[in-house]
Amino acid sequence: MAPPQRRGRWQETLAALPWLAPTLVLIAGVVAYPTILMAWTATRKYNSYGVERGSAGLDNFIGPAGALTFPTVPIPRILLNTVVWVTVVVFITLVLSLLLAQFLNKPFRGRKLLRLIIILPWASSVVMTTTVFNYGLQPDVGLFNRLLVDTGILDAAYGFTKNPTSAFWVAVFVAIYVSLPFTTYTILAGLQSVPDDILEAAHVDGANTVQRYWRIVFPLLRPSMAVAALINIINVFNSLPILKILNETPGYNTGHTTTTLIFEYKAQLGPGVASALSLVNFAFCLVVIAVYLAVVQPTREV
Amino acid sequence: MGATASGRRWSGINKAPNPIGIAIGCIVVAAFFAFPYALMLISSLKSREDIARIPPDYLPEQPRWDNYLTVWASNVAPGGALLATTVISVGATLLVLLIATPAAYYIARFRFPGRLSFLFLVLITQMLQPTVLAVGLYQQFRDWRGQLVWVALILINGTFNLSFAIWIMQAFFASIPKEVDEAALIDGAGRLQTMFRISLPLVWPGIVTAIVFVFVNTWNEYAAAFVLVQDPALQPLTVAMPRFLGLYIRDWQYLFTTAMVAVVPVIVLFSFIERRLIGGLTAGAVK
Repeated sequence: MAPPQRRGRWQETLAALPWLAPTLVLIAGVVAYPTILMAWTATRKYNSYGVERGSAGLDNFIGPAGALTFPTVPIPRILLNTVVWVTVVVFITLVLSLLLAQFLNKPFRGRKLLRLIIILPWASSVVMTTTVFNYGLQPDVGLFNRLLVDTGILDAAYGFTKNPTSAFWVAVFVAIYVSLPFTTYTILAGLQSVPDDILEAAHVDGANTVQRYWRIVFPLLRPSMAVAALINIINVFNSLPILKILNETPGYNTGHTTTTLIFEYKAQLGPGVASALSLVNFAFCLVVIAVYLAVVQPTREV
Repeated sequence: MGATASGRRWSGINKAPNPIGIAIGCIVVAAFFAFPYALMLISSLKSREDIARIPPDYLPEQPRWDNYLTVWASNVAPGGALLATTVISVGATLLVLLIATPAAYYIARFRFPGRLSFLFLVLITQMLQPTVLAVGLYQQFRDWRGQLVWVALILINGTFNLSFAIWIMQAFFASIPKEVDEAALIDGAGRLQTMFRISLPLVWPGIVTAIVFVFVNTWNEYAAAFVLVQDPALQPLTVAMPRFLGLYIRDWQYLFTTAMVAVVPVIVLFSFIERRLIGGLTAGAVK
């Protein structure tokens, strides 16, 4: 076959277009368009029927009834919650996943079965998993409550989900729980790429187990830890169902994060304010994505 | 793993792992990751009186397997929700296959200006989620009434899962030597024909991974369905669950039979692709 004629750069891109166009159309229609729609909505005024009434400037963000300044909403507490939510969940998830991955990396019978059990919270819908916790923690019919009383940990059943603060901490637990499988798998993949001969050499040179871990294995795990941390930050930040199901107190309360607050605003204050807060969240996501692209450089090899 | 292989691997560095420690570790880990699903199963087998008892009993008086039959005729009738979830998941999976396959094939085979920008765009989509765009998606699709709302959810879930499919499939396509394709092209096949007849059969593990991942993710999706589907008759499972918990009747047992039906099939599917997930989710950054 004759070698294809050298085409111009522009033509090469044009030739790729039919193969990529459907993807581009979907991303434009379902990601870019709603983003623009939100940006527009966030700067508009709406009456109580949701009818648009002209420009609102930045009122939806920081006006007298703005997303970040609404009088009856404990905004500083919710911002603090959001920071605590993301940092505590991601940090504890990483630490536990390091331990779990280390354990799963040992050769033993039944390791494959254990890997399958660990994916349970990953494969199952977060809504269903959270609902089990919600049921177990009910003060009257909840089995976890009964267990806590029977073992003497609690004197009497406690309505964990009826109080925003305790509900928040239960949600932290569940968020860690459902984040563990992905994180463990990512770190395990990193562990399995640590070459045995380096460890062997360090052993011959007299390094003990602890030294081998902290001087060799841990530094080599950094890339997979970075990936796991950043993907978890964005997932945990955007998590809706866990807090929504476990925090049974209605309305604005001290159990919200900015993500669940969006949906509270959407129900109570309409599209303008909800869009404004969504945009703030969107900006945070973009920052995390930018850090991900810069640190992990996923396009380096493809 | 064979005993000899593991023995050799650990002989130089470590003592063989302590079997009792391993056994205890296994039990603790397995119990930790299985207990909510065990509770789900146990609760799905209780009678209405049993599950409403205060304080509750740990085990059902008598396992009520017929809950799995009577739930469909209960006042919530979750059959419709199961249908909605199935239609949306199958639709999104087909959409992704149709659209991601050519894109993955092309970026694996060709270098062209704009390729890197395309990859960046795909990555950004992978990391964004319907939750942060839910308010915009609601405004965009709120007039899609009736079954059209399922189409909206197919489009949304398809788009947000495209990137995983593109990443994982392009890695598989790239692993096929170019010569295989070229031989087909010389024999007179077109590009599209080459992709379908020659490359696709060779990358089936990637395709299966993509199919299962998109299906399971859509099956479990919550935020977009929550804002878009108000009509109870059209709600998928994740959104319909609270309907079991009415003001007077709280049918936890039916809620959990439905949850079991929603959870068990996807766990089985997921277990088939478990080994290949990380490569696609981390865009190859961790293999």
